[in-house]
Order: sequence, then C-alpha cells, then structure tokens
Amino acid sequence: MDKRGNVWVYIEQQDGKIADVSLELVCKGHELAQSLGVRTEGVLIGSGVAGLAGTLHEFGCDNVFLADDKALKHFTASPYQKVVVDLVREHRPNIFLFGATPVGRSLAPRVASALLAGLTADCTNLRIDDFEDKATKRVLKDKLMQIRPAFGGNIIATIANSWEDPQMVTVREGVVPLGTPTPGRTGQVSKVKVNLADVDLSVQIIERCRRPKKVDLKNAQIIVSGGYGVGSKEAFDLVYKLAETIGASVGASRAAVDAGWIDHDHQVGQTGVTVRPRCYIACGISGSVQHRAGMAESAKVIAINSDANAPIFSIADYGIVGDLRDVLPKMIAAYRARV
Amino acid sequence: MSLRIVVCAKQVPDTHNIKGDAMKPDGTVNRAALPAIFNPEDLNALELALSLRERFGGKVTVCTMGPPTAVEILRRSLYMGADLGILVTDRRFAGADTLATSYTLACAVRKQGEFDLILCGRQAIDGDTAQVGPQLAEKLDLPQVTYVEDVLDVKDGKVRVRNLIEDGYEIAEAKLPLLMTVVGSANTPRPPGAKRLMRYKKAVTRSELMARHKGRDYEDANVLTEEEERLRSRGLWIHEWNADDIGADLGRIGMAGSPTKVKEIESVVLARREYKQVPPTQDGVNGLIHDMIKEHILS
Ligand SMILES: Cc1cc2nc3c(=O)[nH]c(=O)nc-3n(C[C@H](O)[C@H](O)[C@H](O)COP(=O)(O)OP(=O)(O)OC[C@H]3O[C@@H](n4cnc5c(N)ncnc54)[C@H](O)[C@@H]3O)c2cc1C
Ligand SMILES: Cc1cc2nc3c(=O)[nH]c(=O)nc-3n(C[C@H](O)[C@H](O)[C@H](O)COP(=O)(O)OP(=O)(O)OC[C@H]3O[C@@H](n4cnc5c(N)ncnc54)[C@H](O)[C@@H]3O)c2cc1C
Repeated sequence: MDKRGNVWVYIEQQDGKIADVSLELVCKGHELAQSLGVRTEGVLIGSGVAGLAGTLHEFGCDNVFLADDKALKHFTASPYQKVVVDLVREHRPNIFLFGATPVGRSLAPRVASALLAGLTADCTNLRIDDFEDKATKRVLKDKLMQIRPAFGGNIIATIANSWEDPQMVTVREGVVPLGTPTPGRTGQVSKVKVNLADVDLSVQIIERCRRPKKVDLKNAQIIVSGGYGVGSKEAFDLVYKLAETIGASVGASRAAVDAGWIDHDHQVGQTGVTVRPRCYIACGISGSVQHRAGMAESAKVIAINSDANAPIFSIADYGIVGDLRDVLPKMIAAYRARV
Repeated sequence: MSLRIVVCAKQVPDTHNIKGDAMKPDGTVNRAALPAIFNPEDLNALELALSLRERFGGKVTVCTMGPPTAVEILRRSLYMGADLGILVTDRRFAGADTLATSYTLACAVRKQGEFDLILCGRQAIDGDTAQVGPQLAEKLDLPQVTYVEDVLDVKDGKVRVRNLIEDGYEIAEAKLPLLMTVVGSANTPRPPGAKRLMRYKKAVTRSELMARHKGRDYEDANVLTEEEERLRSRGLWIHEWNADDIGADLGRIGMAGSPTKVKEIESVVLARREYKQVPPTQDGVNGLIHDMIKEHILS
C-alpha cells in the first residue's frame, strides 16, 4: 500500500502577520492528521517570513515548507501557484487546507486546476469518513467529508473527492475554533528552492491600502446586534448604549450595514464574521439563514423582535416580542438597577 | 487600443429571494419555483466590459455554459449592448463541478478566437464557489486579478485596476491578455436598451430556429441555411456549440470530468426550538437580566 500523504495547510500572511484562519486551520489540520496517523505541514510563502515558522510549530505543524523570495513579497496568483504546485507534485499531500479569504479563493482554484484535483469551497466543517462512490461502487476509506453551505446558504452539502489526492478545500475564518499553542513545541523547516524562471510575473502590485478592522467581534464574549428593525442611524445609538452598559461589542445584520447605519466590519453572518459569544442579543433582526450562519453557535441567544413569527425566535433561548425602542431602554435600566 | 473582451456569464436560480412559495411546507427550498436570473456579479462583469468598449473601442462577446434556456441571459446581454452571444450546451456537460466547468469554458473561449480580456463575475449565487474564474485563467494559462472593482486605465498593452483584498484594496498593473473577476460593488449594470430590445428579441440559436420551423415541410433544406445567413448578417445569430463543436475531451466534461461528488444535501430547516418568552415589560426585562447575571452570562 502507498504511504499516505500528509495534511497540509496553506499559511497566509500579510506583512509578516499570520492570518487567523491559517492558525485555525493548523489546529484543525493537526487534529485530522492525528486521526489519520500522518504529519501536519504548513506551506509558508513570502519575503522575510522565516521567523513565523516557530509559531506554526507551536500551533501544531510538524514541518513548515518555507518559500522565501523577494519576488514573493506580495501575493500574486501565477508565481504563488507555481511554488505550491511544484511542492504538491513532489510531496503528494493527502489533504490540503486553504483559508477561504480573497487570497485563498484566488490561489486554491488555480492550484487545483493545474493538478486536476477537486476543490470544495467555503467549508464550514470537515471530518474523516468512508465514502462510497456511486459511479464506481467503490468504497473509499478515510476520505475527507467536506461540508459547505451553497445556494445562498439555503442548503448544506457534504462533498467528497473521488479522484486521487490531494483533497483540497477552502475553509472560512472563524468556523473552526483556534486551539491553544504549546509553547516550546518545535518542528522542522524545509527551505524551498524558488524557481520562477518561466512564470508570468506581469501582474505588479503598485499600491496597497489596508484598513485594519476596527472591531474584534470574533473573540467577543457578549454581542448586541442591531438589524433593519432598528429603523434609523439615530436609533442605532440605542444598540450602542445597551452594549456599552453591559460591556458588549456591537454587531449588525447586513440589512443594517447596507442601510449605512453601521460599518461592514460589524456584520455578522455568511458574508461577515462568524461569532460564538457567551451571549448574543439580536435586536430587530429577522434571522435569515445567512445571518444565522454567523451566530447560531452562540451559547445563549436573546431575541427582541416585534414580530412573534420572526425566524430568529426559533434559535433563541429568550425571546421578547416587542418594540426594541421600548425594550432596549428597559434593559439598560434593568442592568443599571441590578444589585 | 481596442479590446476584444469575453464575458463569462451563468444563469442561476434566484437564491437570494427565497420567499413564501419557494418554500415547501416542510421548510425546504423548492428549487423549481425559483426564477432563473442572470447571475448578479456577471451583470457587473458585463457592465464593466461595455464601459471599457465605450472608452477604448472593441468587441464584447458573452459566453455561457448551461441548459438551452440559458440563452435568455445571452439575449439580455444583447439588449444591454453585447456584440455576440455564445451558448455552450450539451447534455454531456451535466453534473460538472468547477474543474469540468472551467475546462469546458476554456475550450469555448479558445474556439471563439483571440481576446485581450476575459471577465467573470466573482461568484455565482447557486454553487457559490468563486472558483471558475481562477480555474479558467489557469486553463488558459493567463495571469489573473480577482475581486476587481474598477479599471483605471488601459495603455500600451497594460491594464491598471483597483481590486479588493481582505481588509482594503490594491492597485495592480497587468499585461494583457488577462482574466479578471468582478465584484458587485464595481458598478450599477445598465438596464436593457429599449431599441436594442426590439431588435435583439429576434436573435436566436440554431435550435430555436429549427424549433420555429418544426413541422413544416421543406422541399429545399437550404431554406434554413439561408435564414441563418440572413440572421447572421443582421447580428441576430446566437452561436450554439456542443461538446464536439468545442473539441472537448469527453473524459474531462460533465460528471466524468468532476472529481468532487456531492454525497448528500440537506436543506437548512428551522427546527422550532422552545424559548423562554419574556414579556416586554420592565418587570419582565428585570427578570431576564437577573437570570443572566445569576447564570454568569452577563457580569
Ligand atoms: C449571499 C448572501 C449573503 C448574505 N450574508 C449576510 C450576512 O453575512 N449577514 C446578514 O445579516 N445578512 C446577510 N445576508 C442578507 C440576509 O438575507 C437578510 O437580508 C438580512 O440578514 C436581513 O437583515 P435584518 O434581519 O436586519 O432585516 P429584516 O429581514 O428586514 O428584519 C428586520 C426585523 O426587524 C423587526 N422589527 C422591525 N421593527 C422593529 C421594532 N421597532 N422593534 C423590534 N423589531 C422590529 C421585523 O419584525 C423584522 O423581523 C446575505 C444575503 C445573501 C443573499
Ligand atoms: C450544492 C452544490 C455545491 C457545490 N459545491 C462545489 C464545490 O465545492 N466545488 C466544485 O468544484 N463544484 C461545486 N459545485 C458545482 C458547481 O456549482 C458547478 O461546477 C458550477 O458549474 C460552477 O460553479 P459555481 O456555480 O460555484 O460558479 P462560480 O465559480 O462561483 O462562478 C464564478 C464565475 O465564473 C463564471 N461561470 C461560472 N459558471 C459558468 C457557466 N456555466 N457559464 C459561464 N460562466 C460561468 C461566471 O462569470 C461566474 O460569475 C457545487 C454544486 C452544488 C449544487
């Protein structure tokens, strides 16, 4: 029998900082690798990024492939594709995980296309299981089950790869929890010879303007979120006021973001942040599938909505049917009057 | 410089407006009840193509792979201002994943001839993968820029664009030919032109032309060919290509060419969960906050 390939994680970094999703995937990759009895390896590409390998070891990488070259300073598709494809051809990983970020979603498809490999987009869960290929009636052992929403979030599909490895997926940020690093854990670094001789380097980044996120909703313990039902920018102050009073961060639905009441950084859901706080207070949010996709794993959900039939109530632990303009001030008063 | 632009567009079920009658009593989605629409970000790609043609001259060809009914989005493209539509359709394409889809589109793009720019939407709203654009670029051995929001300039065989990144934007410069994927914030697609609508609603594919003449008895088979020539000369001919026309390897299209297999699909059903009703009164809210603090959910 062939020796089984390892579990690989593409390590995304910007200006020398590892993307959160990559560390999350190292943790997930480590878990998958252990259940398969193989190693976890990271693929780290950039310029002057060697110093990041230690962190990756501590989070669970046994080996880091390091491609460090000036021409690889910023992500552009063709040279990064070349480096990754060459590595895959040489080492034949079994599983290859990418973050479903703009970079991951630009790079992974090109790599998969060049390797003629299957690629499943935007997974929210991964597990190992046997899979029967209906076409060939063959049972494939220990395959990666790739679970993802599609159809605008209205369905959840489980997808498996019936061809040869690698089994490639992109995974959204925040859907697998970040484990704790093991300080002092060490591993290997494999330096990669970068050969871009016949690669198209014609895409040049002229300028780059980053606007770091102002809020860290992903790690917030308590979130007060406002939706379209809040009604106006002025009324959104009530949401802020409740949050401030109880020490919470402020979230929002897309409808509230689209209305211009609050910045996109605060959006919770399929196209926003995935959160799992201790307490999520949804004010004037109907509870669309796309919104629920980002908050359904909150430990406790409190919903405030004037419509008793709003879908948000079906995932709520506590529900208040009423006008939020009336209820939120009462909550503020109740909290202030505690003890 | 004049630009030969190919826009890849997909007809999709309108998954963004799933309402009342599109839901079955058990809470699952009734896909048959969803109207088929032009994939929203492909309209942005087409709008960008048309505006580039206005600025720099050239030709806009729209290409779709799909069932025969996908011809509707090609006519819509003609109403908006496209020069030519290509329908790539064949039962053998069914069941394609993104690898097989991008292979098929690559064959069609090669067949249509030379080009300077390929524009895709960022993502289709049914499969939701955003993979076809980059995979098509790889298949055609083209450089790519994804998440493009604006084309700032085209000069000396180079294009300068603004594209979105994780937490901001970049200005990138690239040589033509190039593939770009276009995001929804790029522009507002123009509505169909009234005059163009009157003219191009007569545009047909070969299958549509044959269906129109079905049942009639021709003494001379050349009648169809003549009519085709007449339509072609007036720009009312929509190309229709099957797997053989585009020279596709049958092992690389449809189900056979697709490594990913859907094992199962679940609809997202809302199971009603019991929740504690809190009356919207000061007493009710006091009780809730009290409970929350007692359970250490709030501090
Ligand atoms: C591909 C795709 C991705 C998406 N991604 C996201 C995403 O990431 N996040 C997201 O949130 N959405 C997302 N959406 C949009 C989503 O489908 C919904 O449109 C959106 O979540 C609705 O926001 P809402 O609940 O605030 O507004 P609405 O659905 O309009 O609900 C407003 C609610 O407020 C209640 N209300 C009104 N007045 C009051 C009042 N005075 N007091 C109390 N309650 C009141 C109403 O009863 C209603 O239930 C996405 C959509 C698509 C198609
Ligand atoms: C529930 C479900 C889940 C799926 N998951 C996966 C998966 O994880 N991996 C996978 O490989 N396949 C998957 N597929 C198959 C995939 O939907 C099809 O391959 C589809 O043909 C293209 O993918 P997309 O809809 O995601 O398009 P995207 O990649 O999102 O489309 C991007 C752009 O490519 C162009 N484009 C896409 N399709 C066409 C077309 N037919 N004609 C012209 N231009 C086009 C358009 O410009 C479009 O905006 C899934 C299908 C379903 C039903």
